[in-house]
Formats: sequence, structure tokens, C-alpha cells
Amino acid sequence: MQTRFSPEQLADSHTRESEKILRSCVHCGFCTATCPTYLLEGDERDSPRGRIYLIKDMLENDKPANTEVVTHIDRCLSCLSCMTTCPSGVHYMHLVDHARAHIEKTYKRPWHDRLIRSMLAAILPYPNRFRLALTLGRLGRPFAPLLAALPGGDRLKAMLSLIPKGGLPQTSSDEPAAIQSSRQVAILGGCAQSVLDPEINAATNRLLARFGIGVVFSPGEGCCGALVHHMGQEDNALGFARRNIDAWWPLIENGLDAIIITASGCGTTIKDYGFMLRDDPSYAQKASRVSALSKDITEYLDTLDLPAAEPKSMVVAYHSACSMQHGQQIKDQPKRLLKNAGFTVRDVPEGHICCGSAGTYNILQPDFATRLRERKIKNIMRTTPDIIAAGNIGCMTQIAQGTDIPILHTALLLDWAYGGPEPTAIRSLS
Amino acid sequence: MSAIAFPAPDNTIIVRRDEIIAGLARLVEPECLVTGDDEMRPFETDALTAYRRMPLAVVLPRSTQEVSAVLRYCHDAGVNVIPRGAGTSLAGGAIPQEDAVVIGISKLNKVLDFNIANRTITVEAGITNLAVSAAVAPEGFFYAPDPSSQLACTIGGNIGMNSGGAHCLKYGVTSNNVLGVKVVLIDGTIIDLGGDAMDVPGLNLLGLMIGSEGQLGIVTEAILRIIPTAEGARPVLFGFDSSEDAGACVAAIIAAGIVPVAMEFMDKPAIEICEAFAKAGYPLDVEAMLIIEVEGSEAEIDASLARIVAIARQHGVRVVKESKSAIETAQIWKGRKSAFGATGRVADYICMDGTIPTGQLPYVLKRMSEIVAGYGLRVANVFHAGDGNLHPLILFNANDPTEQAKAESAGNDILKLCVEVGGCLTGEHGVGIEKRDLMGVQFNAADLNQQLRVRAAFDADWRLNPAKVFPLEGRTS
Repeated sequence: MQTRFSPEQLADSHTRESEKILRSCVHCGFCTATCPTYLLEGDERDSPRGRIYLIKDMLENDKPANTEVVTHIDRCLSCLSCMTTCPSGVHYMHLVDHARAHIEKTYKRPWHDRLIRSMLAAILPYPNRFRLALTLGRLGRPFAPLLAALPGGDRLKAMLSLIPKGGLPQTSSDEPAAIQSSRQVAILGGCAQSVLDPEINAATNRLLARFGIGVVFSPGEGCCGALVHHMGQEDNALGFARRNIDAWWPLIENGLDAIIITASGCGTTIKDYGFMLRDDPSYAQKASRVSALSKDITEYLDTLDLPAAEPKSMVVAYHSACSMQHGQQIKDQPKRLLKNAGFTVRDVPEGHICCGSAGTYNILQPDFATRLRERKIKNIMRTTPDIIAAGNIGCMTQIAQGTDIPILHTALLLDWAYGGPEPTAIRSLS
Repeated sequence: MSAIAFPAPDNTIIVRRDEIIAGLARLVEPECLVTGDDEMRPFETDALTAYRRMPLAVVLPRSTQEVSAVLRYCHDAGVNVIPRGAGTSLAGGAIPQEDAVVIGISKLNKVLDFNIANRTITVEAGITNLAVSAAVAPEGFFYAPDPSSQLACTIGGNIGMNSGGAHCLKYGVTSNNVLGVKVVLIDGTIIDLGGDAMDVPGLNLLGLMIGSEGQLGIVTEAILRIIPTAEGARPVLFGFDSSEDAGACVAAIIAAGIVPVAMEFMDKPAIEICEAFAKAGYPLDVEAMLIIEVEGSEAEIDASLARIVAIARQHGVRVVKESKSAIETAQIWKGRKSAFGATGRVADYICMDGTIPTGQLPYVLKRMSEIVAGYGLRVANVFHAGDGNLHPLILFNANDPTEQAKAESAGNDILKLCVEVGGCLTGEHGVGIEKRDLMGVQFNAADLNQQLRVRAAFDADWRLNPAKVFPLEGRTS
């Protein structure tokens, strides 16, 4: 596509990247067909091609973002389904990231929007704060109907409804098992997942140890930065990235096989650290190395050639998170591992379409998120599953709101199949 | 960049913009009316992005009744209307004008009825082509016309342009697969043409509607013929040392009376581009490749292939590679169907669309290379060889106005060549704005005038998709 940027504009690294991306788009429109919001709305403004065009116009003319443009960019899930579809190789992710940072710099959101975003950015990336917020939130749940009447109240209501029913799971010991191995990996502890479902990393630890992989502890790491990155808070996101790189670097220098990630949303971002920090001379190289070492747990296990496990009479609907299949292009590995571990695995029809979770999207865009969740659950039910498996805590929380079928992280099922404890959620099934 | 002229916008309309928007706002929900400058920007062009015009307003109706109300309003208010499907036209068929209202049918995307006994499906016209096949696939059927943009393009757009596709060699194009349509005329009248039977009494107005490029009415529903999926299908790759050999092989297969389901051509640049994207196993050491697909039982496939391979050998085929699995077959077609978009990875392009008698393929392929080289540009060829439907992709740099002008001139020369050898200006993309000024090469004045008279019988003031298809001087006739 033709672009109109001045040499002065192109002196900026972000604009230069975006110009390259825009030049590769041929406006063929293929992306519209696999975009969840276009499927819902049938409106080009809520499609990748439409958003690309809105962004192009804003950037070319150095325009501050306005309410109309922000509305349609905000509705983008960043599911990246468009990138899987695009034949021209348009890097939509980097373009929309740039647009979000531009919006953050040039647009003043209404007070209630700013408030909820600041709240999410101040709480979610920090496990202790998040745990406290969940406890308080449970107390606040009875007031949800009252909150709905406030400006932006639908979001507060959505947030409260996402709080897990029952108590928070106890923090089980996810201290790495001390085994000596020539293959050492680090596991991202991260943020929200460690509070909502600490068993995921505990199972990953056990599983890796069982197959002779040493897990090393990486003190000081935390949130990958995706949460604030998707809100356009670029400096904040880079701060998280640098902190993680600093935490992992000594381990990498000692020889690390991989940095294992058990939440695919985080994986997509950590694999992009190399790009995010390309202009920072003291971090660029380290960041590329971290990105190259980052592996989803299923991506890593798939290289280990695990033995076949005893067949189980259980049908698993495998829900592929967008960050897994589109963001990281990991498609077959999780299913292959589950099949090999004895489960009957079924693909979810229309599996390329997002469940509506998308980080904080289900809080910030509750209407679209709910419609997508209903659509997803209808498709999952067509496979008549006993269990739903997924590799991203966000999707698991989102889908669990609409069905009683147990939804488990792939690592938990694999751990169980290879001798670990039976996950509590499915004890009644077997 | 403006080699193709648009008429000067009518200022008497533009000054009434607020009033017109207020009128439209009374007819549809607020979220179905787009009027802000920023928000209308995504509608300023289609897949012919070199040409862009902002519309007066965009309406996205949710029902045939809303389409009717909006058209009646525009008719009464004297406002032009641009129909839009998914905006995937390569000929500029959906490009707006400053004094016109865009009516987009993308919200009309439902399946209304699926009748297995009759082998028909009734859909709203904004549904995508591929979504129709997806809806009937579980019952073992498919919708045959398969333009490369089938993932995104709408049935309404397919009807407007009489779209074809790789598999039309055997099953025919859109006009062979549409049984009936619901159309809204410019004054808001809703009419039904055709039906779910093979033929209807009276004038065949359905035939008139298909390929009318949104100038006779806006199609909001269609009854489509669906076809049982074949028992099996197998694409085979044939690699040649020259484009002329591949072209001659196609002509010989057609001459022998064999009708494969599809017979697609790619030259070396196109093979390299598509292989890089789809990793389909295309041979990279050949100058030209044919993808020939045959279908039926295993025995039928083997028998047809034996005859085709024998002919190919006589034309110096060097590589013959059969698809061995469903995954390979999917990859082979993914590469072919993504050819245009994948070309965007290497350069900007304009995609031409002309048709020639298949016997002329070797000559035309040679002349096309000469024409494009004469302008100092490159070309990648990928097209429906069995139908003689050419799609040369002329590569250029869109940020360089001189190259853009050269590319367009080369394209025009190629289309004139198609007419010269007994073919025509379009295969399946329609005329749009792109080929409007070449219509005089194809038709004499009497031919064109008769077409214009038919058009005027539906829309005397030429409110629907004006300044397209027919040369501008035809507007007064």
C-alpha cells in the first residue's frame, strides 16, 4: 500500500517500523474474515484492515488519537488471528502496539476509563496486591448490581464476576525440584497465574523433573509486561521486560536450555522482547537472547520425545489460545502431547476465533467478550468433551465462567498422565 | 496518482450533507451509520488502493427492508449510491465518490435456509463465499465458484462481478450457480428474480443481474446451487522449462476434450513468492508450473491423470508431483489462493484480469513478458489456465508515481492484447473503474449503447455505482 511519511517522521524508530508494515499490506481484505470483532459486527472499522487504515491515517498525519479511532482500536483483542491469515506478512501486532502507545501519549480517556486502567496496571502484575484485591473483591461481589449503574460500571461488574468462586487455591510449594541435570531450564513465575492457579507451575516442575530436566529458580522475575504493554504503557512494559532479563541473565550465562512459559499470553510478549528493546543498546542483545530461549511448555516438551502413556477414556476439547496458535504459531504440539499421553483429543470447531479473554479485554470490553465467550462455549460443546484443556490462564478463567466442564492447563493433564497427582477438578470423572 | 478520472463531485449534494445524514439517521441504528472523517477512512477504497475517494456517508443496513429504505431515500434525495460487499474488488468496483453514499452489506451475513433435497442454500448476500461452503460441508456439499478471495469476498460481490475461481473450469462461474436473488432497486422496490427451480418463466432478468456490477440494484439475498463433494480429488504439480511449453500443454489438454476440475498456471516469480508463504512443495527449479486437479474415484483419478501426464510429456514436462495427503492438497491450494496477497511481500502490484482463447496461451505469455519488460517492470503470472483467464501481476513501487503510471500502461497494453487475440477485457474481476476506459476497445458504439439502455431501464439517473463500467462519455446516453 502507498504511504505518505516525511523523512522527519521516518527518523523515529517506531514510525519507521510501522511504515514498513503498512507498505507490505495490499488491502486484500483476507484478514477481515478471521477477525472475531468483524465476525460479530460486520463493520470494517472493527476489522484488522479497517484498523490498519485508521492507524495509517493517524500516524501519517501526526494526528492525536480521537474517540472514534480509540473506540475501534480498543475493541481489537490483539488475538493476532489476522497475522495467521495475512498472505502478505503484515506484522499487525507491532503496528497495533505502536498505535496503542500513540493513543496513550495523545489521548485523554474519560476519568472512569483512566481509573480502571490505572487500577488494573497497579494490581494485576503484582501477586500480593492481586491476592488482596481478590479477597476484597469477593466481599464486594454482592454489590455488583449497584456498581453496574456507575459510569464504566459494566466493567467493574465484569471484573467481579471473573473472581474465582470458592477460596483461592493454596499456594502449593512450587520450589523447583532439586535435580542435577545437564539440561537446566527456568520457569516464568509471572504474576496473575501464580495467584489464580499455582498448581500449573507446580505440575510443570514435577513433569520436567520426571523427564530429567533440572529447574532453576530465578529470583526477581515477575510479570512479563504484557498487561501494561497492551494498554499502551510502553515505558512501564519495558521496565518489566528489563527486570526479567536482569533476573534471567546470570542463569543464561551459566547455561540455560530454555525459559519455560506456561501462559501463552506471556510467551508471545517475552518472545517479542528482542523487538521491544531493539533501540536500547544495553539490553537489545540480551533481550534477543531471552526471546530466543523462551519456549512454551508444550513446545519444549514436544522436543523431549516423551513415551506413550496408557490410554484414558476421556475426551479432551483442546482450546488453542490465540497467543498460542496466532501469537506463537504453536498449533500441533499440545494436541500431539495430549494424544500421546492417552487422551482422545478433539479440535474445537472455529478454533481460530478468540474466546474473548485477551488479557484485560474481558474487563475492558465486557459486551464483546461475553458474546465471544458464548460463541466459543457453543463450539466447545459440539465436541461433547469431558475436559477442556488450554495453555493460557486468561482463557481458562474466561471459559470457566460459562461452563461447568472442568477446564485444565495442558501441563496438569500431562503431569497426571505421567504419574503425577490426579487434578482435583476431574476426580469425579475417573 | 490519477490516470483514471472520476467525475467532478456534485457540489449541490455535498452542501446538503448534514441534511442527508439526518435523513439516513432516521432509517438505521446509530452504529450502522458512519459519518466521521476518520471513521469513513477505511471505506475510501477497496483492493485497488491506488484510487481513493471519501464517501459522503457509509450505511451498513441490517435487513433488506433497511436497504430498501436507504435506497428509496437516496433516490428521492437525488443522491448517488455505491454498493459494497467486503471491499475486495481488484477493479475498483467498490470505490466511493465524494457525493455518494456507500451501502455496505457486510452485516447481512446469515444463512437463511439449507434445503438438502433441492440442493440449494438461501443466504443473505453479505455472507462470505467460503462461509457458504463451510455451512454445507458437514452434509457433504460445497458451493462451486471459488475466487481466490473466497475467504473474505461476499456472495453479493460475486454476483455483481460474476466471479469465477480455480474450480470453475468444471463447475462454471457464478452465473451457473445462482438460482435466484432478492434485489432492491434504486427506488427501494424489492423484487425476486429466479427461484429454487432450474428455470423460471418470462425474461431471464436473473441473468441480467449477475455481472451487472451493482448498477441495476443491490442484491440482498441469493438462492445458490450446492454440489455434492467429489469422492476424491488430487492436485498434481507439473513443472516446465518454459511458460510457452506449459501454455501449449494446457491448450493440448483442452483440445483433447479432458476437463479437469482446475488447471492453474504459475510462472517462476509467482512460484517463488507463493512457495515462500505456503511451503507447498512447489518445484523451484522450473520456469513454469501447472496445478492440475482431477476428481472422482481413485480409479477415475488415475485414468484421467494418465492421459494428462501423457500429454504433458509430449510438451516436455520435467517435474510431475502428485499430492500425497489432504494436508499437501490444502497447502498446494493455499499457495495458489494466496498468490496475490503473498506478492505483497515482495512489491506492490496491480492484478490484471483478461481472458483469451486457450489456443493463444503460448503466444500471449510471450507477448506479455515483452510488454512488461518494455516498461522496465517485472511481472508474476498466476492464472486460471484452463479458462484462459489471465492474472498477470505487474510489480511496481506504489510510492513512485512514475512506476505506477508505467504499470497501468503495461496493464492496458496487456488487456488490449487479450481483445486482439479474440479474448476479452475481463475474466472474473469485472470492469469497475479499472477497465472502464477500455470498453471501447472491446465494444463498438452500438453494443455499448444497448447495454447503457438496459442499465437506464433500471436506474434512469445512473445513481447506482456511477462512473464505473461504462466510459464517462456514456453518461448522457
